[in-house]
Amino acid sequence: MKRLSGMLLVVLAVAGILWADGVLSITGAGATFPYPMYSKWFDEYHKKNGNLEINYQSIGSGGGIRQVTEGTVDFGATDGPMNDDQLKAYQDKHGFGILHFPTVLGADVPTYNIPGVDAELSFTQEAISGIFLGRITKWNDPAITGSNKGVSLPANDIVVVHRSEGSGTTYIWTDYLSKISEEWKTKVGKGASVNWPVGLGGKGNEGVTGTVKNTPNSIGYVELIYAIQNKMPYGRVKNSSGAFVKADLASVTAAAAGAAKEMPDDFRVSITDAPGKTAYPISSFTWLLVPAKFSDAKKRDAIKGFVKWMLADGQNYAEALSYAKLPKEVVAKELKAIDQIQ
Amino acid sequence: MATTTTTVPSAGPLAGSRSFLSRLRQGDEIARMITFLFAASVVLVTVLLVFELWQGSALPRHKFGFNFFRTSVWDPIFGQFGALPFIYGTLVTAAVSLLIAVPLGIGAAIFLAELAPARVSDTLEFFIDLLAAVPSVIYGVLGIFIVVPLMRQYIQPALKHSLGFLPLFQGPAYGVGFLTAGIVLAIMVIPYIISVSREVLLSVPRDQREAALSLGATRWESTWKVVVPFARAGIFGSIFLALARALGETMAVTMVIGNTPTISASLFSPGYSIAAVIANEFTEAVGDLHTQSLIELALVLFILTFILNGVARLLIVATSQRGSGMGNV
Repeated sequence: MKRLSGMLLVVLAVAGILWADGVLSITGAGATFPYPMYSKWFDEYHKKNGNLEINYQSIGSGGGIRQVTEGTVDFGATDGPMNDDQLKAYQDKHGFGILHFPTVLGADVPTYNIPGVDAELSFTQEAISGIFLGRITKWNDPAITGSNKGVSLPANDIVVVHRSEGSGTTYIWTDYLSKISEEWKTKVGKGASVNWPVGLGGKGNEGVTGTVKNTPNSIGYVELIYAIQNKMPYGRVKNSSGAFVKADLASVTAAAAGAAKEMPDDFRVSITDAPGKTAYPISSFTWLLVPAKFSDAKKRDAIKGFVKWMLADGQNYAEALSYAKLPKEVVAKELKAIDQIQ
Repeated sequence: MATTTTTVPSAGPLAGSRSFLSRLRQGDEIARMITFLFAASVVLVTVLLVFELWQGSALPRHKFGFNFFRTSVWDPIFGQFGALPFIYGTLVTAAVSLLIAVPLGIGAAIFLAELAPARVSDTLEFFIDLLAAVPSVIYGVLGIFIVVPLMRQYIQPALKHSLGFLPLFQGPAYGVGFLTAGIVLAIMVIPYIISVSREVLLSVPRDQREAALSLGATRWESTWKVVVPFARAGIFGSIFLALARALGETMAVTMVIGNTPTISASLFSPGYSIAAVIANEFTEAVGDLHTQSLIELALVLFILTFILNGVARLLIVATSQRGSGMGNV
């Protein structure tokens, strides 16, 4: 036993020396939604640059913002951009700002379980906001049947399912609802967790999925990737141009392209309800949060290098994992913004 | 309880009769100081915990005051926080779980300790200890995939049909809710009750049983009227251990309770518990008021546990005096 622990100690010590020698370690924390993408990127980038290791903890967007503001991690990641107060808090604490870099795109889709209905449903803005506000309580409400001619919807009560824990998915969903419904905006608002007017809370995408699958006449929302990977039925949503669009990688990128023309310099933009005939309206960027100043030049160069790679080669890994790529205009703008990291 | 309080003072004068130096040399004093430090650290951790929770919740305490306990709106966006539905949900689910678990657990413990052959008892005990060690998230998964559909399709309609006149069993049957959470909690705490109660029952002196039997009691009479009352304090202890676990359980509850802050007389209604909302919202809480309100909820849960534990102690003291009196007869 003693010999074994002694040997272990030696092995650990040697590993520690090897690891400390020449390998630069960068830590990040934040959003859970792009985690599969990020872990793939960090892994691939490590294969190309053996002396750089990026560790990422997917603790949630709120936690990512908090940790990068505290300075406990080198960079953060979030599904909803930091608000002005948070930016000010960062500036006050550090004396310099923090930059947003969009990485990929995702979307939320309405998923439902109505016994006897196999058709792909189409939802108007009024239908979605009405259901989640608790104004529309039956599946055969005219607001739903109006856009689903030929589908016989039952006169059953609708069971709304939402995320119980704070999440970027909820942020995107409530951001969209706030744009299409004045009542939602004033009564509920947008955020990672909100005071839901109706419904059951499921924990995580899997909790929402499980509850929807288990509960007849229910409707919930999940990430597009999750719906695709789990082969869940999901509906089309009417966009601001009046077309019913089904979420897929192309329609999500289209939403980003529609918004790219008016992209602000700090990249903090919401692309829900974006213009464009083919744009899927419940889409969003997800962002890396990179401090504008690094005291460690090695770390600064490593992060700059990674962001550059992510915008070029990195984007090619996105679609295999069902994330939508960034539009070219956004990539070009971001490449310029990298120089702001000092 | 009674025996420990009598042995400690009797050791005191004996130790005090020798000089401090000789005790130090013999190691007694060193052992005393070291073990005292260990014991003191428990108190220290508790005090630190309360201090931190108190400090960390300054904002909502000043802003809402007592309204924090009285109001039931929980709105992170507009900065309104009221704890009432969470307190209600925590207490109701714990009560439901104990209502189910106590009779089942004590019944099983009596069988294992008194009536079952030793080999059966030991084998079953192994499985019970195994159940007690299963992580709670696994009970949560069990809840989602087995208990919830069962509840929605069979149990809730049946309850509605037979006992629907009671406000407890009304409203739509979603499958998730107070009752389901209580049942899953009951499944989780039963092993604790069985395991501890069995040990306590087994430690009842043989003379007690033999005396009762020699007076002509049947086996059941000696168990129910002599052994169980003798072990009462320990059995209560097992119940309070179960209660503590039920109050603080997070993962399994959040998976089956429906996560909606509501106060409803119906056990079918979805609800929320304190531990569940903290786990759900803490990582993504934006802004100090939201974060600190969650910390204040933690403080509330701590106080709740503290009060219930205090009541439990009083109950044990009150009944163990009667129990030991009977034991002396």
